[in-house]
Amino acid sequence: MHNIFVYCEIEDGQIAEVSLELLSKGRFLANRLKCKLEAVVLGDKLDNIGKQIMPYGADVIHIADDKRLYPYMTLPHSAIVKGIFEEEKPQIGLFGATSIGRDLAPRIASALKCGLTADCTALEIGNHTENKTKKEYRDLLYQIRPAFGGNIIATIINPDTRPQLATVREGVMKKEMLSPDHKGVVKNVDPGKWLKDEDFVIRIIERHIESRKVNIKNAGIIVSGGYGVGSRENFQLLYDLAGVLGGEVAGSRAAVDGGFIDHERQVGQTGVTVRPKLYIACGISGQIQHRAGMDQSAIIISINNDPDAPINQIADYTIIGDLTEIIPKMIKYYQKNTK
Amino acid sequence: MKGLKIIVLAKQVPDTRNVGRDAMKADGTVNRAALPAIFNPEDLNALELALRIKDNNPGTTITVLTMGPGRAAEIIREAMYRGADKGYVITDRKFAGSDTLATSYALALAVKKLAPFHIVIAGRQAIDGDTAQVGPQVAEKLGLPQITYAEEILSFRKEEITVKRRLERGVETVSAPMPLVITVHSSAPECRARHAKYTIKYKRARSLSELQDTSEDYLQLQKDRPYLVIQEWSVDDIGADVEQLGLSGSPTKVRKIENVVFAGRESRLLSSSDDDIEDLMKELITNHTVG
Repeated sequence: MHNIFVYCEIEDGQIAEVSLELLSKGRFLANRLKCKLEAVVLGDKLDNIGKQIMPYGADVIHIADDKRLYPYMTLPHSAIVKGIFEEEKPQIGLFGATSIGRDLAPRIASALKCGLTADCTALEIGNHTENKTKKEYRDLLYQIRPAFGGNIIATIINPDTRPQLATVREGVMKKEMLSPDHKGVVKNVDPGKWLKDEDFVIRIIERHIESRKVNIKNAGIIVSGGYGVGSRENFQLLYDLAGVLGGEVAGSRAAVDGGFIDHERQVGQTGVTVRPKLYIACGISGQIQHRAGMDQSAIIISINNDPDAPINQIADYTIIGDLTEIIPKMIKYYQKNTK
Repeated sequence: MKGLKIIVLAKQVPDTRNVGRDAMKADGTVNRAALPAIFNPEDLNALELALRIKDNNPGTTITVLTMGPGRAAEIIREAMYRGADKGYVITDRKFAGSDTLATSYALALAVKKLAPFHIVIAGRQAIDGDTAQVGPQVAEKLGLPQITYAEEILSFRKEEITVKRRLERGVETVSAPMPLVITVHSSAPECRARHAKYTIKYKRARSLSELQDTSEDYLQLQKDRPYLVIQEWSVDDIGADVEQLGLSGSPTKVRKIENVVFAGRESRLLSSSDDDIEDLMKELITNHTVG
């Protein structure tokens, strides 16, 4: 009772990266709250899944192994997760902010009439005093996320309802193995207990699960452009620089919305979170939503014609000027000095 | 299939994508007056999918449902100009402060009031919150299946609809029986422009709140042409329990709002001169950041 639960996603028989990241964070929070960390895994042929999860610190693993549970479908998964949560009464439930987690978590929150915060960029434990009633709450989950187009950072709490649910995007939390020898208890869940025939009214006819063509997440060098790049044509300069430096090209949401670059290359709260050793931000103003996806970069260079662009304040180097002039010079002097 | 009944859930949102410097007040709160109110972009994608179903299935009706202040009737008119048949604004002070759970409770009650229907369709998420929660929560409260992230409606066969979904790593085609709830991804087709015929027809459609702000006499007009009435529903009209609305019905509370202040790092300011750029590249090469 009152433990932390992580819903683990399965991809090709493997636990998804985001789920391992959430287990790592969950372990940290469980230590802080002196409670247990429990994982929930639903799928087919899950014989080896416990071994993948335990090193990340799960004390209990609930496994529902049934061929009807893979691939993911909303109704059967929500029926089982809801059933487990009603029995186990977690204080916190964490989901990946993925196609699956963002489909599933709201249904659970609605069914259990509890609070859910999407796309958190930080999770902390803290106390709260209600202003009006002076009622004290101890050890709440602070669910921290940018809101309102990234102009504010909101700390959301669920004082009175449990579980406190949150989704977190892949790459936001750090994946940290606790110990290869950590052992947890496996509890086999009988899915039949909660499933009804009506839960299978949706039929999956076809799936093409394409592995990501572009992998900006693991790139060591990222040349990223914002709305200030101005056009799809100017973005070619960024590709040129990335090509020379051996990096990938990314963009801000404004650049994606502007049609300069595809969504799969978007960095930020609603895109991918990156931690390269070098992040070159070209014509990016630096809204907090964008910063949330890149501020862990080791070195940040901002190229901007606006000396007051907010991104300059987190940049290690700020170059003020026209990027169509600066980027070719960077290429030129890189090549000159590496030959 | 002929004659489907479709309910589009839409939201009027502040245009957070074009936030100017005056968007935040000195006290750190949002200056809503400085932000233009727009039709939430993915709700327009949802409207377009509904209109395409209507194009191919004569006799289909599209009803737009929105929750918000009285002026949200603007987006209902926008939807009518594009081919929606009618709309309702769910508006009441008692809704103020509702989070996604309380909002979906109210919307689900309003949808039930419009039953029977075949499809409830909405944008995946609204740009002022980006939560993507209301669609699935409405589906849960209605006890209906959901298809999230729809990109294209592929076919209808009897009571079954086939939809292509856009996932983060690919696409999935699913079939589901109606009624159901669909949420629409931004990769779905853009919404068509206003249609001149409908724009003329619905130009003077007004809600009751809007009539109070005008000196023009619409009452006779609305009597003669009932399709110009944009109906407003209050808490009582949808039969909602006030405890499940607004702040009391919202399990999530905002503990703290911080205006975005960037933490400064030691930063070096360079010019675009050749010397500065060459020094920078040499430094990056020397410390093995590049090369």
